[in-house]
Amino acid sequence: MKLLSRPFFWLIVAVTLLYALLPYLGGNITLRETLVLSAIYIILAANLNLMIGYTGYVNFGSIVFFGLGGYLTLWLIASHHWGLYPAVLFAGLVTSLLAFLLGFGVLRLRGAYFALATIGINEAVKDFVANFEPWGGAEGIFLPFTAFKAMGGPAKALWTVYLLIVLVMGLSLLLTYLVKRSKFGLGLFAIREDEDAAMVLGVKTPLYKTLAYSLSAFLPAVAGGLYFFKNGSVIPDEAFNLHLSIEAIVMVMLGGQGTVTGSAVGAFLYERLRGLLLTLPGLSNFHLVIAGALLLLIILFAPGGLMGWLYRVWPRLRRVLE
Amino acid sequence: MPEILASVLDGLLIGLVYGLAAIGLTLIFGVMDVVNLAHGAVIALGMFAVYFLFESGIHPYLGLVIVAAIGLAFGVFVYLIAVRPIIDGPPLMTLLATFSVSMVIIGVGTALWSTSPYNVDFPVKTLNLFGYTVTSARLVAALAAVLVTAFLYTFLYRTTLGKAVRAVANNREAAELMGIPSQQILALAFGIGTALAMLSGALIATLFPFTILSGGIYELKSFVASVLGGLGNPTGALFGGVILGLIEGAVAPFIKVSWTNVIEFVIFVLILLFFPTGLFGGRR
Amino acid sequence: MKKLWVLPVLLGALAFAQGNTITIGFTVSQTGKYNVESVNQLRGLKLWQKWVNDQGGIPIGGKRYKVALKYYDDESKAERVQQLYSRLISQDKVDFLISPYSSGLTAKAAIISEQYGKIMIATGAASDSIFKLGYENVYQIYTPASRYLTGTLDMLRAADANLKKIAIVYEDSKFAKAVATAAKSYAAKKGFEVVLFEGYPKNTTDFGPIIKKIKAAGAEALVGGGHYADGATFARQLYEQQVPLKLIALLVAPASDEFAQLGDAALGVVAPSQWEPLVKYRQTCGPSPAQFTQMYQEAYGKLPAYRAAGGFAAGLVLQRALMDAGTTDPAKVRAALDAMDVTIFFGRIKFSTDPASHGLQLGHEMVQIQWQKKDGKLAKQIVWPLDAKTADLVYPIR
Repeated sequence: MKLLSRPFFWLIVAVTLLYALLPYLGGNITLRETLVLSAIYIILAANLNLMIGYTGYVNFGSIVFFGLGGYLTLWLIASHHWGLYPAVLFAGLVTSLLAFLLGFGVLRLRGAYFALATIGINEAVKDFVANFEPWGGAEGIFLPFTAFKAMGGPAKALWTVYLLIVLVMGLSLLLTYLVKRSKFGLGLFAIREDEDAAMVLGVKTPLYKTLAYSLSAFLPAVAGGLYFFKNGSVIPDEAFNLHLSIEAIVMVMLGGQGTVTGSAVGAFLYERLRGLLLTLPGLSNFHLVIAGALLLLIILFAPGGLMGWLYRVWPRLRRVLE
Repeated sequence: MPEILASVLDGLLIGLVYGLAAIGLTLIFGVMDVVNLAHGAVIALGMFAVYFLFESGIHPYLGLVIVAAIGLAFGVFVYLIAVRPIIDGPPLMTLLATFSVSMVIIGVGTALWSTSPYNVDFPVKTLNLFGYTVTSARLVAALAAVLVTAFLYTFLYRTTLGKAVRAVANNREAAELMGIPSQQILALAFGIGTALAMLSGALIATLFPFTILSGGIYELKSFVASVLGGLGNPTGALFGGVILGLIEGAVAPFIKVSWTNVIEFVIFVLILLFFPTGLFGGRR
Repeated sequence: MKKLWVLPVLLGALAFAQGNTITIGFTVSQTGKYNVESVNQLRGLKLWQKWVNDQGGIPIGGKRYKVALKYYDDESKAERVQQLYSRLISQDKVDFLISPYSSGLTAKAAIISEQYGKIMIATGAASDSIFKLGYENVYQIYTPASRYLTGTLDMLRAADANLKKIAIVYEDSKFAKAVATAAKSYAAKKGFEVVLFEGYPKNTTDFGPIIKKIKAAGAEALVGGGHYADGATFARQLYEQQVPLKLIALLVAPASDEFAQLGDAALGVVAPSQWEPLVKYRQTCGPSPAQFTQMYQEAYGKLPAYRAAGGFAAGLVLQRALMDAGTTDPAKVRAALDAMDVTIFFGRIKFSTDPASHGLQLGHEMVQIQWQKKDGKLAKQIVWPLDAKTADLVYPIR
C-alpha cells in the first residue's frame, strides 16, 4: 500500500498536527489541559477498537494496560532514576509482553467468559498493586520534583509530555489504520465474523488474537506512562479505573466499532459531552444517567454507531473515511 | 473457641448471602445467556429499598417481602426495555445494554442520595454462643438466604411455571414447540433474578452501611461465586457463594485483610481459565 | 446565605478598579467526594476575606490592599485541578494561591504552581511525603500526618503507665497509612508493644475479620482509622462485638459532629483534631479562637469545623507574610514565610526551611477530643494537651 498517496493518512497527520499546534502556538495552557483528556480517550478507544471492532473480543478491562504503563514508568523514574523516554518505552514493551503471555490463556475463552475474565484481571491487578509495597501500596507513587527539572523545569516538561501524548494519539490512529488495511487485519476480521470458519480457512487464530491483544496494549501503556508522569503521581484507583475502561467501550460504540474514524470521533464526542454535562448547572448530577441512556439508545437503534449511520446515509463515504 | 473457627463460621454465614446474590446472576445467564452487568446496581437498589421501607416504619425483615415484589416488577420492566429487543444479538450487545441500565440506576441514585453512606439502624442483639460472638442480624440474614433459596427450588421443581422456566433454559426452541410462551418466561426469569439480587442487597443492608456504589463489590463477588459453581447453575452458585465466604473466613486470620480480594480475583481468573464450566459443571 | 457575600464581593470589585487588590486563586470541591470538607474550608476563607476587607484591606508597605478571591469547582477530581490552576495563573492572573482540599489534589496543583513559581498556602493537606518532593513555594498549615497520633500516644501513656499492648489498624489510604506508620515508630519509643499493625481496604464495611485479629492479639488499646465512613462503621462494630479495649482513638470520624449518631458506640472514643472551637491558644496576631468562633457563628449560624478554621488560617498566614515582607514581590514574601514563627487562633505556625522538606509544618500541634456524656447527652470534650483541656480523660472506656 502506498501510504503517502492515501488521503486518509494525511487526514490523520492533519488532526495530529492540529492537536499539537492549536494550544502550543498560542501558549494556551487551558486549551492544552482540555485537549489532553480527549487525546487520552482517543488513544484508549482506538486501541480497544483493535479488539472489539476488528477481532470481536470485548475487552472490558483494557484499562489495565494504561494503569500498568503508568506504574512501570513512574516506578522506573522514581526508584531507578530512569529518564522519561526509556521508561515509557520499556513500560510499553513490558506491558505488551505481559499481554502476549496472558493472551494465550484468556483468549481461549469466548463471549461473556472472555469479558468476565478481563474484568477479573483488572481487579486482580488493582488489588495486587494496592498491596504491593515496592510500588507504594495503596499510597501509590509520587514523583520527586527533580524528575521535572531534568526536562527543563515543570513548565517545559508538561508541554513536552503533552506533545508526546498527541504523538501517541497519532500513532494509535495510524496503527489501527495500517492494521485494517493489512493481511493481518483481514485475518482479524475473519475471526470476528466466524472464528471456527477462519481457523478452517487457515488463519492462525490463537496467534492472531494474541498478537492483536498484545498490540492493543502497547500504546495505551505508553500513554499511561506519559499521563501519570504529567500528573506527578499514580494511585491504584486512578490507574485501574474499571469505569474508564467501560467508558472506552461506549466511545467505540458511539463512533462505530471497526472503523478508525469512528473510534476517534466517538472518543472526542464523548469527552465533549461529558465535559458539557459536568459543567452545565443542574445537569452535573445526571451525566451518568444521560451517558447511560445514550448508550442504550445506540445499542437498540444504531448498533453501527455514528459511522454506521453515516455509511448508510452516504455509502461513498466508506471509501474516504476508514 | 479458637479464632479461626469463629472466622470460618462468620464466612459461612456471609457466604450464604453471597450465594443468594450469585443465584440471581446465574439464573439469568442460565435461562437466556445474558451476563447482567446491572446486577450490582440492582443489589444497591435493594439496599435503598429496605432502607426507605425501614424509615417509613416497616421492620427490615417484613420489608423483604415488599423488596422481592418490587424487584420482580423492576426486573420485568428492565427486560422489556433494554434486553428483549436484542436478546438474539451478539453477547456484546446484551453486556452493554445491561451496563447502560447500571449507569442510569447509579446516576439517578447518586443524584438522589449522593454517595454518602446510609445505615439501616434497627436494634441488633449481640449473641455469645460458646465464646463465638455474632450479631442476630448476621444469623437472620444467613437464614433468610437459605429460606429464599429453598423457596426458589420449590418453585423451579414443583410448579408448572417453574418447570417452564427450566424448559426454556434447557432449549428455548424446543420449549416453544411445546407451546411454552418463551418471551413471557424470559421476562419472568429476568424478574426473578433481579428480585434475588435486590433481596441479597436488602439483607446486606441490615449488616453493613452502604452507598449507591456498594453493589459493585457484591456484583464482583457474585461473578466469582457463579463462576466457581459453573455459570448458569443455581445450586453451584449457592455453593460458590459459600465456598467464597469460607475462603474469606479461613484465610482472614493468616493474611492481611487487604489481600483477600487479590486471592478471590486470582481464583476467579484461574477457574475461568482451567475450569470454565466451574467446579460443579455449568451450562454452556 | 450567598447574599451575605454580595457586599464584600462588590467592595472587592470596587477596590480592584482602584488597582490596590490582591487576587487569591484556588479550587473548591463543590461537588464530589470532598464536597463537605472543601466547602467548609471555603467558608473560612470567605470569612477571612470579609474580616480583612472590613479593616480596609491588608497594609503592605504603607498602602492598603483589598483581597479578592477567585475560585472554581474542581469536582474533587485530579484532572480538573491541573486544568483550573493553569487557568487561574495564566488567564486570571491571580497573585497568590491556596491549595485545593486533600493532599492528593494539592500535589497535583503544586506541579502547576511550582512551574510558575507561585506561592501556594496548603490547607486541608496533611501529608508529609508530598512536602518531600522538592517544592519551593508550597507552605503547609495543618499538622502533618507523622504527628497526628503522637499526642494520642503521649496521652495514653500519661493515663496508664502500665499499658503495653496496642493495635494500630488503619485505612489503606495515603493519609491514614502515613499516620499509622509514624505512630508505630513513636509507640515503640513510648514503650508500647504494637501487637497488630494492619491496613484495611478503602470502602471496607465488614470489620469482622479485623476485629477478630484485635481480640486474638490481646490488644488493650486501639489507634487508627481513616476517614469518616469507615471510622464510624469501625466504631459501631467494635461496640457490637464487645471488644474489651481500654481506649479507642480513630482518625477524622470522631472529630465530626455526626459521630454522635452512633449513640453508645461513640462513648469514650478519642480523636486527634487540627483545631476545636474551645481551644485556648494565646494568639500574637489576628483574632482569638473565641473571636473567630463568634464571627463564624454570626456569619453561618453554626460552630466552625476545623477545616473552616484551616481556611481562615491560610488567609491569615498569607496576610501576615505580606505585612512582614512589606511588598507583594514573591521572593520577599517567600522569605517572610520562611522566617515566620507566630501563634494565631489556629495554633503555632512555623515552616520547615530544609530544602528536603521545604514548607512542611513544624509548629502546629493536634488537640485530642473525646466523646463523653454531659448532662445525659453525648458531647465532644478536649482532653489533651492538659493546658487546653475542657474535661478529664475518661479511662478506661469499657
